[in-house]
This record gives sequence, structure tokens and C-alpha cells, in this order.
Amino acid sequence: MEVVYGHPKSLKPIQTKYCPGCGHGAIHRLIAEAVDELGVQDRAIIMNPVGCSIWADLYFDFDSVQVPHGRTPAGATGVKRMRPDHLVICYQGDGDLAAIGTAEIVHAANRGEKFTTIFVNNAIYGMTGGQMAPTTLVGQKATTAPHGRDPDGAGMGYPIRVSEMLATLGGTKYIARGSVDSAINVRKTKHYIKRAFEAQLRGIGFTMVEILSPCPTNWQMSPPQAADWVASDMIPFYRLGEIKNELVEGGGA
Amino acid sequence: MANKGKPVIDRERCKGCLLCVRSCPTKVLGADLSPNSWGYYPSKAVNEEKCIACGNCYQVCPDAAITVYRQ
Repeated sequence: MEVVYGHPKSLKPIQTKYCPGCGHGAIHRLIAEAVDELGVQDRAIIMNPVGCSIWADLYFDFDSVQVPHGRTPAGATGVKRMRPDHLVICYQGDGDLAAIGTAEIVHAANRGEKFTTIFVNNAIYGMTGGQMAPTTLVGQKATTAPHGRDPDGAGMGYPIRVSEMLATLGGTKYIARGSVDSAINVRKTKHYIKRAFEAQLRGIGFTMVEILSPCPTNWQMSPPQAADWVASDMIPFYRLGEIKNELVEGGGA
Repeated sequence: MANKGKPVIDRERCKGCLLCVRSCPTKVLGADLSPNSWGYYPSKAVNEEKCIACGNCYQVCPDAAITVYRQ
């Protein structure tokens, strides 16, 4: 018997600390698979965010750097400039990227820094206990929005489509949005991640893949219900696909 | 003729979210009735002979606990 789908080499074979049904584990696996397929395990560096995925350095079998909250793109900028031949992955959640680290990501993208951002969007603050995030959908309940997000009446504002916002900047070359709610979307997301990594290794410019990820614990749903909620509520607002593709080779958005 | 496959689930790494059960097109997987050492009820191949090695369970697994073999 041959192994057709097995544990990737760049991911350590240990149990993660994430909740059952959390999307981080699947996203970790996709990154590890892409690193293995490109053969860059010995020159991959991941920048870990603050949030649930602060544990990521325990799971990836390559180098990692832990940076202050939201400053992941700033750290990645420094690492990539000093090690331009390395694959630098900037792993961020929506609290890290879209709230406290908005300034860093916008300017890193605008400067066209040549690393890849993996943006995990679960529409809530996971680690701190389910508070409203900038990406929380209108009407979605959170501990700081118990009646649902009310953009005008309660002054909570509207959910931010970060990928579309960054796509307007000149420094960004490839921006795509995937999801890990179903097998077909996981396969597509893997394709986006691999394309972004290949572009980075060619030195094209800023690349980013946003990934919609379920958070069953803070959404107060079972893992299958959370995956269904991604498909029924998140995907209609956060449209999947390649939002911007200015890669010279392998184009076609 | 579809492929013949075999899913192997790492009981200790599985957290029993059962996303694999939902994703399986041929209903190979189900919940195990005995817990692992963490207290989770992992998934189990209850109809192993129906597996077509499509890998959907592997793709959705958040814990990379599933290996799929092809015969």
C-alpha cells in the first residue's frame, strides 16, 4: 500500500493545543505541505503572531521568530531583508493583522516587502475569549457585542475586507482568499499558498493569502456547525478567489 | 473502477471534531465509542471497505491525524 495523503515532514507529529475543529491545524498543515513540496524546509522562517497561533513554533519543524503583538510584518521585513534567499512566512490572525497591527501590514504591503502573509480570519478574537474583531460580521454575536454587531446604532463600525483594501496598494502582487471549511476549499487554499510562496521565492513582491477559519469554541457551535457557518455566512461576505494576481508567470486571476 | 483505499486515524492526535465524518463521500468514517487518553472520542473507519482514497478526510482534518493509503 502506498501513502497518498500523509503527515507532512515540516510539521511535528504532536498533538496541537488548539480546540477541536479549529482551522489553525489545517492551515499549519497546508503551509507545511507547501514548504515540503518546494523543498525549502531548511530555509523557511515563520513569524508567529500573538493569539492562539502563538503556539505555532511548537508545531513547525523549521525556524520561527516570536514578535510583539501586531508587529509581525515589521519583524518579517527585517528577517527578509537580511535573509533574502529564505522563505519568510508572516502568520497572522485577524486581531493581530486587522486591529492592533493595521499600520504595520498596510505599510509593509505598500513598500512591497517580499514576504508572504498568511492571514487567518475567524471573525472573532479567539484567545482572549470571543470579543468583537474588526472582521466580525454585522449581526454576529460576540462577548463585547451580545446583541450582535450593530455598525451604526452602537457605533461598532463595519467588518473590514482586508484583502480588498490591500489589493489597492501598488506594492502588493498577489492576494487571494481561501477557506478551510470543506475539502474542496482546502485544496484551493493550498494552491493559493503554494503560488504565493513560489512568487516570494522569485522575489516578485508582497503576497498574501487570507484564509477563512472556523472558531467553534467562541462561536459557540459544534465543529460541523462552525464549518457550515463559514460556508453560509462568511463566504457570501468575504468572497473566495484570487483578488489580485500580478505575477508574471502562471497568471490568470 | 474506483480506487481502493484505507484511512488510518491516529487516535491520540484526533480531537473528535468529526469534520472527517461529514466530508466522507462514501460514509466510511464514524465516531468511536471508546475515548482516547485525552478523553476525546476519535473518529474511526467503520466501513473501511468503502474507502476510495479521495483524501477528503485528510484535507479537512485540523489535527493532521489521518493517513490515507491506496491499495
